[in-house]
Amino acid sequence: MTEATTSMRSTASTRLGALAVPVACAIAIAVLGPLMGNYVSDFVVKVMILSIFALSLELLVGMTGLVSLGHAAFYGIGAYVTVLASGSEGGNLALLLPAAMGAAALYALFVGALSLRTRGVYFIMVTLAFAQMAFFVFHDTKVGGGSDGIYMYVRPAIGKLDLENRMVLFYVVLASLVFTYGLLALVRRSRFGAALAGIRVNEQRMRAAGFPVYGYKLAAFVLAGALAGLAGFLLASRDGVVNPELMAWHNSGEVLLMVILGGLGHLRGAVIGAIAFTLLKEIFSTHAVMGPLADHWQLTLGIAIIVFVALLPKGLIGLAKRLSPKEAA
Amino acid sequence: MDFGTFLVQCLNSVQYGLLLFLVASGLTLIFGIMGVINLAHGSFYMIGAYMAFALAPLFGDQFLLMLVAGVVLAAVFGYLLEWAFFSYLYQRDHLQQVLMTYGLILVFEELRSILVGNDVHGVKVPAWLDGSFALGNVMSYPWYRLFASAACIVLAAGLYWVVNRTRLGMMIRAGASNRDMVRGLGIDVKRLYRIVFAAGVALAALAGMIAAPMSSVYPNMGASVLIICFVLVVIGGIGSITGALLASLLVGFVDTFGKVFFADLAGIGIYLLMAIVLIWKPEGLMGRRP
Repeated sequence: MTEATTSMRSTASTRLGALAVPVACAIAIAVLGPLMGNYVSDFVVKVMILSIFALSLELLVGMTGLVSLGHAAFYGIGAYVTVLASGSEGGNLALLLPAAMGAAALYALFVGALSLRTRGVYFIMVTLAFAQMAFFVFHDTKVGGGSDGIYMYVRPAIGKLDLENRMVLFYVVLASLVFTYGLLALVRRSRFGAALAGIRVNEQRMRAAGFPVYGYKLAAFVLAGALAGLAGFLLASRDGVVNPELMAWHNSGEVLLMVILGGLGHLRGAVIGAIAFTLLKEIFSTHAVMGPLADHWQLTLGIAIIVFVALLPKGLIGLAKRLSPKEAA
Repeated sequence: MDFGTFLVQCLNSVQYGLLLFLVASGLTLIFGIMGVINLAHGSFYMIGAYMAFALAPLFGDQFLLMLVAGVVLAAVFGYLLEWAFFSYLYQRDHLQQVLMTYGLILVFEELRSILVGNDVHGVKVPAWLDGSFALGNVMSYPWYRLFASAACIVLAAGLYWVVNRTRLGMMIRAGASNRDMVRGLGIDVKRLYRIVFAAGVALAALAGMIAAPMSSVYPNMGASVLIICFVLVVIGGIGSITGALLASLLVGFVDTFGKVFFADLAGIGIYLLMAIVLIWKPEGLMGRRP
């Protein structure tokens, strides 16, 4: 056997290895779905939606090195468009989903085209400001019911695929998560993903090598916006209600935290971060665990964020690596 | 709109712009010199406003004395906060600074909710600043707003003087461009940073105290002022004090007149302004091209 084939085999096996765990998890969730009680399955759906949202931001922060602090805008727009376009008789899933993702992508094109002209801290500020602009459009005008938001009368459906049904919603959300994860895994391995990684490491060099850096970054920004719109669509379908708080900057901060908490630069990280963050928030606001402190979960969450970032700069994945003897050796 | 109303709105714009400049100058000082992106800066403004709410009844008509006391308290708070928290952030990258100061906002907001609750409060204008200044029958303008503008102008001029004309200012400017050089010259950089940070906190808190009698004191006021400050830093340009002043006044005008002409869409006026500036000059009005 030549050296080349050995190395090809080993890369093929590590590729399989990298995907084996996520695939096994997806199958386990699919099988366990009908066995879960209402509380557990609601929680799992919530975490899966947030995972999609966090994965879409990982494309920007982890893969491209663009720290956006306004990602909730695209999530919120996806959710709003879903409710606004569904009308009182309920909308067609096959039309609403592309509409939600398209609207989010369109706003991402506008925001990205402008904010990518700046860099670093200024990029952070500009993305936050544009998200706030979207927030004010829905908060101050009657387009989406003002600060109270609007209800969705009938959930999206297409034939038998009716999101009103809890189990259907569960599997649609799971399928969306698998789709997003798979798509981003493909992007990572593609030439496009390699270019994004190059931009993250050294933008000047990529430009000197003749890459249209701005175009690549804009494409990543629009794709991330569309995927956040997908998460927004699912959220609106689950809750049946939207309000401007979805776009508030706290939401942008939380999703950024999920990505960091899990571990930057790994798709798994975004999902682990979403799970850890949601669990943490759930625990901090549960009276049975925290006692009277549960009413002040923002305080404990704030302190936890500070401690986490201080002690785990590489996220939970970094912690796992530090603890494993293989890496230490 | 008649001439009197127009004049009043112009004065309001300038007054609002100057107030924003006061907050933004603290933000720029901290970012420009220490390189820390501080999302909690808006919280210092909020803390100032709540301080005015708490201190006003104690000081009665001694409003100026109250401002001095508030500034001292805020500076001490800033000094301690730098020592306990921010001094650890200098070595971290921007992403981690963003998250940790975001955590700090949650802590401040919740502490405020525990200590003062979530109600909206008003702060009374001191008696000697009550009433309005009348210009014939063209217009009348509240004395307090004139006082606020004057106070901001004095502070901005004072800041300019300190940064450009004093020994401390020289050290600050040197520290901003080359930290190691300043340390090499035997200057205590740690102490310098602590003083600059305390000054930044004091400026934001002072702006909050001055604003309190005009706008009510309410939760979330920190977040809204922070985001507006970001907008004007982007408009003004990187590291330019003149740019920040120009942007503050522009934002003041756009916001005030936006509320008069387009009540519903007033919130997005300043973001449109930001978008236009980014299209035209991505580096900001007075910024250097990167």
